[in-house]
Amino acid sequence: MTDILPFLKTLLSAPGLSGYEDPAAELISSRWTPLVSELSRGRLGSLHGFLPGSGNDPRPSVMIAAHMDVIGLMVTGIEDGFLRITQVGGVDPRVLPGTLVTVYATRTERQSIPAVVVQPPVSLLPPGTGLNSVPLEYLFVDTGLPPRKVAELVNIGDVISFAQLPFELSGETIAGHSLDNRSSVAALTICLEELQSRPHIWDVWAVATSQEEVSLGGAIASTFELHPAIAIAVDVTFAKGPGASDWRTSPLGKGPTLCMGPNIHPALYKAMQSLADKLEIPYSLEYAPRHTGTDGYATQVVAEGIPTLVMGIPLRYMHTPVEMVALKDIQRAGRLLAEFIAGLQSDFMEKITWDN
Amino acid sequence: MPSIGNAQLKLLEKLCNACAVSGDEGEVRGIVLEEIKNHADDIKVDALGNILARRTGSGSKRLRVMLSAHMDEVGLMLVGDDGEGLFRFEIVGGIDVRHLPGKAVLVGKEHLPGVIGARPIHLTTAEELKHQIPLDDLRIDTGPGDSKVKPGDRAVFATRFQRNGPVIIAKALDNRLGVVTLVELIKNSPPNIDLLAAFTVQEEIGMRGAKVAAYSFNPDLGIAVDATPSYDLPDWEGEENFSYNTKLGLGPAIYIGDRDILSDPRLVRWMSDTSKAIGIPCQFRQPGSGGTDAGAIHRARAGVPSLSVSVPHRYSHTAASIARLDDWKNTFALLHAALGRLTPAILASESG
Repeated sequence: MTDILPFLKTLLSAPGLSGYEDPAAELISSRWTPLVSELSRGRLGSLHGFLPGSGNDPRPSVMIAAHMDVIGLMVTGIEDGFLRITQVGGVDPRVLPGTLVTVYATRTERQSIPAVVVQPPVSLLPPGTGLNSVPLEYLFVDTGLPPRKVAELVNIGDVISFAQLPFELSGETIAGHSLDNRSSVAALTICLEELQSRPHIWDVWAVATSQEEVSLGGAIASTFELHPAIAIAVDVTFAKGPGASDWRTSPLGKGPTLCMGPNIHPALYKAMQSLADKLEIPYSLEYAPRHTGTDGYATQVVAEGIPTLVMGIPLRYMHTPVEMVALKDIQRAGRLLAEFIAGLQSDFMEKITWDN
Repeated sequence: MPSIGNAQLKLLEKLCNACAVSGDEGEVRGIVLEEIKNHADDIKVDALGNILARRTGSGSKRLRVMLSAHMDEVGLMLVGDDGEGLFRFEIVGGIDVRHLPGKAVLVGKEHLPGVIGARPIHLTTAEELKHQIPLDDLRIDTGPGDSKVKPGDRAVFATRFQRNGPVIIAKALDNRLGVVTLVELIKNSPPNIDLLAAFTVQEEIGMRGAKVAAYSFNPDLGIAVDATPSYDLPDWEGEENFSYNTKLGLGPAIYIGDRDILSDPRLVRWMSDTSKAIGIPCQFRQPGSGGTDAGAIHRARAGVPSLSVSVPHRYSHTAASIARLDDWKNTFALLHAALGRLTPAILASESG
C-alpha cells in the first residue's frame, strides 16, 4: 500500500468550496489519471473516473462516491476595507474569531490574499451582542490592506477558505481543514490503487462529487448520468472526542463505520459487514435513523432508485479548521472498498433483495 | 541611517514563531542574547529572567535611559491530563476564551502540535450557538498516540509569520515588534546617552519583570517600547468609531495615559516635537485603559519619569495579529531620532 499522506496533504492545501471545486478536481484528476481508463467532469462539476471490469458485456457498475467540496465563507460586502461574510455550508461562527483564512479575490486578476476573521470589540457591536458568542453577520474578514487596495481586488461573492495548513499529530493522526471530505477522496484513491492488481468483474465509477455541503447536487447529477447498479457513499462521520460522545459518535482510529438506516439497503450493509468480519478489518456500526447527511441520501432516490451503502471515516471537530482523522481509518476504508469490489460476482444483484 | 529592513523582518519572523508565554520566556531570551552579544558593554540575566543590557555612550552629561520591551506573550498552560492525548488548560494573560476554539497550538519547548477543537455544528443546538464555549469544555488534543506533552507545558497559537506587501500577519506581534525595535536601538545607540535595555518577562501578567529591572538600572528616565491595539474597525451602524485606541497607518502611538500611569508630559512633548522635526508621523493613543512596562518603571525607587511608545497593530492577544510595516519602520525611526536629541535639559524643563 502506498503512503497516502503526501497526496492527502496536498489536497488539503487546495481550495475547493462547494460550487468552486476546480482546484481540488485538478489535483484529484492528476492523481487518478494513471489509475483509471477514463476521466470526465459531470455537468455539476463532479469528477468521474472509470475503471472497466473483466466481466462479459453488459457488466453492472458500482459507484464509489466521496464529495470533494468543502465548507467556507463568502464575501457579502466591503466596509472601509473590511469584508462582511456569509457561510458556504455549515459553519459555527464560534470557531471563527482569530481564524486565518485565504480570500480568493477575483475583481482584477485572480489573487489569493491572506486574512483573518475578526470579532469586533464590544463598543462597535449592537448592545447585547458583544459579550457572548458574536453572530456571523457581525464578524469581519480583514486582509490588513488599505481600503483602496481591497476595493481594487475583492468582489462581492469571492470565496474564502480556511488557511490552516494540515499537520500530523501523535497516534498517526492528521489535523487540518477540509479533512471533511478529502479523507474519503484519499480512501477512494487507495481503493483504486488496490484494484490495479486485483481482478474485478464489475465496472467501477470513482466519483469525487461536488456541492455535497450545500445541495448534494453533484451526487444527484452524477448518479443519474452514470446510472450504477449500486452506490457507495464514503463520507466522514463524528468521532468520539471532547464535546462529542453520544450515540452519534464512533471511536477514532478503530476503523471505518458501516452505517445502517433508511438510506441504506440492508442487504448491501450485511454483505459489507460479513466481508469486514471475514477479513478481520476493524469497523464500527453507525446508526442513522433518518438522513445520513451524506451523498447516500441523494444516490438512493436517483432515477428508479439505486441500492446504496454508506461508509464513514470517524473525524473529530467536524467543520472547524482543525478537523482530525486517523490515517489508519482512511487506509482501512480504502482497502475494504477494494475488497468489496473485487468480490462482486456477476449475479450479485440477485442477492440484493428484501426480507419480509 | 539605520532602519527596519529585511534583516529586521527576518528577526521578527523568528521571534514571532518562537514561544515565550509569561514565565517561560527562555526561547525568546536565547534569540535576543545571541543578537545583542556583540553590541553591549554589559549583559546579564537577572533573578526573574529579564535581560539587562547596558551600552555606555561617550559624551559628557549623559542621561541614563532605560528602554524596556517585554519578551513574553499571552498563551496557555496545560494543567490536567485527561488521557488519550487530551489536556485541560488555563489561560495565561488576557486571551478572550472566544478566540480559542478551532485553533492549532504548539506545546512545550519542542513545539509539539495540538488542536483545540469544538463540537461539530451538526451536533450543536441553536441555543448552544448563542453562548460562547466555556474554557471548561475545551481541551488541547495532541492525538491519541504516545506524546511527550505533559501538564505544566505552555502552549501558544501555531500561527506562522506571514508578510503580504505592506501587511504583517503573525502571533505575538505584541511584543516581538518592540523586542526587535529595542535590539536595533542597542545596535545603533546614540553616543549622547547611556542606553539601559531591559528585555522583560511577565509583562502580560502584571509587569513584574519591569519592576525589578527598573530597580536594578536606577535610570533617569524610562521608555516602554510595546505594541498597542488598533480598534479601527467600522461601527455596526456606520456611526463614527470614537473608541479606536489607535489607527493602523498613522505611525507610532505615543501614550498620554493608561490604566497605570500618566506619561511624563516633558517626555510626550519631546517625542512629538521630534516627530515634527524629522517629518515622521505619529499619533497619540487615546488615553484610557491598557498598560505597559512604563506603569511599573515610573514607580521604581524614588520615581522615574516615563513614557510608552508603541507600534499600532490589530487583534492583539489572538492567534493572528496584523501590523503594517510602515508603522513599525516609523516607530523605530522616531525612537532613534528622539534618543539622539536627548539632553538633560529635557528633564530640567518645567513639567506640565
